[in-house]
Amino acid sequence: MKPFQYLRPTGVDAAVRDLTAQPDAAKFIAGGTNLIDLMKEHVEQPTTLVDINRLPLATVEELEDGGLRLGALVTNADTAYHPLVEQRYPLLSKAILAGASAQLRNMATNGGNLFQRTRCYYFYDTSMPCNKRHSGPSQGPAGCGALHGYNRIHAILGTESADGNVHCIATHPSDMCVALAALEAVVRVSGPQGERTIPIADFHRLPGDTPQHDNTLRPGELVTAIDLPANGFSHYNSYLKLRDRASYAFALVSVAAALELERSDASGDQISAARLAMGGVAHKPWRKTEAEALLVGQRPTPDVFGRAADALLDGAQGYGHNTFKIELAKRAIVRALSQAAKLEPTE
Amino acid sequence: MQIQVTVNGKTRKSEVEDRTLLVHYLRDQLHLTGTHVGCDTSSCGACTVHVDGVAVKSCTLLAAQADGCAVTTIEGMAIQDSPTTSQLHPLQEGFKECHGLQCGFCTPGMIMTAADLLKHNPNPSEAEIREALEGNICRCTGYHNIVKAIQWAATHSTKPEPNQQEEPVVADEHLFTNDVTTGEVVETH
Repeated sequence: MKPFQYLRPTGVDAAVRDLTAQPDAAKFIAGGTNLIDLMKEHVEQPTTLVDINRLPLATVEELEDGGLRLGALVTNADTAYHPLVEQRYPLLSKAILAGASAQLRNMATNGGNLFQRTRCYYFYDTSMPCNKRHSGPSQGPAGCGALHGYNRIHAILGTESADGNVHCIATHPSDMCVALAALEAVVRVSGPQGERTIPIADFHRLPGDTPQHDNTLRPGELVTAIDLPANGFSHYNSYLKLRDRASYAFALVSVAAALELERSDASGDQISAARLAMGGVAHKPWRKTEAEALLVGQRPTPDVFGRAADALLDGAQGYGHNTFKIELAKRAIVRALSQAAKLEPTE
Repeated sequence: MQIQVTVNGKTRKSEVEDRTLLVHYLRDQLHLTGTHVGCDTSSCGACTVHVDGVAVKSCTLLAAQADGCAVTTIEGMAIQDSPTTSQLHPLQEGFKECHGLQCGFCTPGMIMTAADLLKHNPNPSEAEIREALEGNICRCTGYHNIVKAIQWAATHSTKPEPNQQEEPVVADEHLFTNDVTTGEVVETH
């Protein structure tokens, strides 16, 4: 690991000042579970680390509107096992516990989870071309090794830039963020221009022709909390994660499904609200309100779920090794919705 | 930079490079070599230690991040029953009784992860044990006897967890861990 300067501010404003002083060369560190690995591999080479662990951002607070504010420095483990999260946002607990391992969840923070970088093998290997890693010759050549390489784990949606070219087919690796997308969480940030909020759907971005940017934060901005809206879809939800082995792997496809069901007449239930988000298929958690609209007002049946799956996967494109993901994702959506509606059991 | 870390009950004040990983601090500066480095990329779990009571991977943690924290390593798991002797922790006994190790490389990490599990869930099912071990890789055993060892410990766990004890713990005749702990701050270079 290359040497760096280590700073440890105790306030949010001081942390933002420390980072803004050298926006291209400094990084925040919280749990560090991904950043330190990236620094060992020389994928990230910050010259300054601003350790934010002493900032007062480690609380879970109830909001007046019935929502919940998750401090950026609350660990993933403490969040997943928090009684209010388990009770009101079980989808979030399930998604967090589907990711990483106990030791990493003990260290990783909610804020840091948003900044996980892709696990694309070409991104990690500095001898291979990568447009996401590339910002100068010290970080390897430009290009995309995955596009015509081994791309089993890569994206099938949202890969084209405005000019029709594909610069990056990396996926966002987080499980937690898929649940946050389904729950319509809001990210609170503090920066040189003050505080602002960003809906989770606008926090991460598609690669376009600037895949080096994972998110829409401005230089120097620090995530301080994640707000969950009051409706946690706590009765009907499922997080289904499909991967190459049963544990400790990133998702090939994951689905966060959440429903509200109402008894419409003697013959059965009707869907009154629906949320559907996918992980492992794009540069950000993949959600389309059009797909959810196809579910509302319908009975929860596999046919209805299949139509929503088709809508969510509209435009999907494989790159060879990952083409199987399109069919896998369709079936995963139908199964996750069936589990959420309690038509089939979760394992 | 200077850090102060309480390791296995003894407070250490040390000068470390900013980029020093906790596992290298423990092994190279404190000579606590029971914590192993396997993959060095937070995958295998051989480097698992407890920081402020929870299991973490010490190869992906700066020593600076542990400044001010209490760290327990495998050397701190045995329970001191007199000023000069100590008993193995039930998990250590369990691994011995159930043949839970072959080469032994993963064992310290397995025990530290299992200790965290048993603290939250004193009677885990086989499935819960296997799930808890997802961040610890063993190339020898096929995991069956590791699961049995943890089940053994769960049924023989009458002793208090070391970090809940008043008295600091002493493990073996290790250069550092057999020092009688006095509560003083020891400068380590």
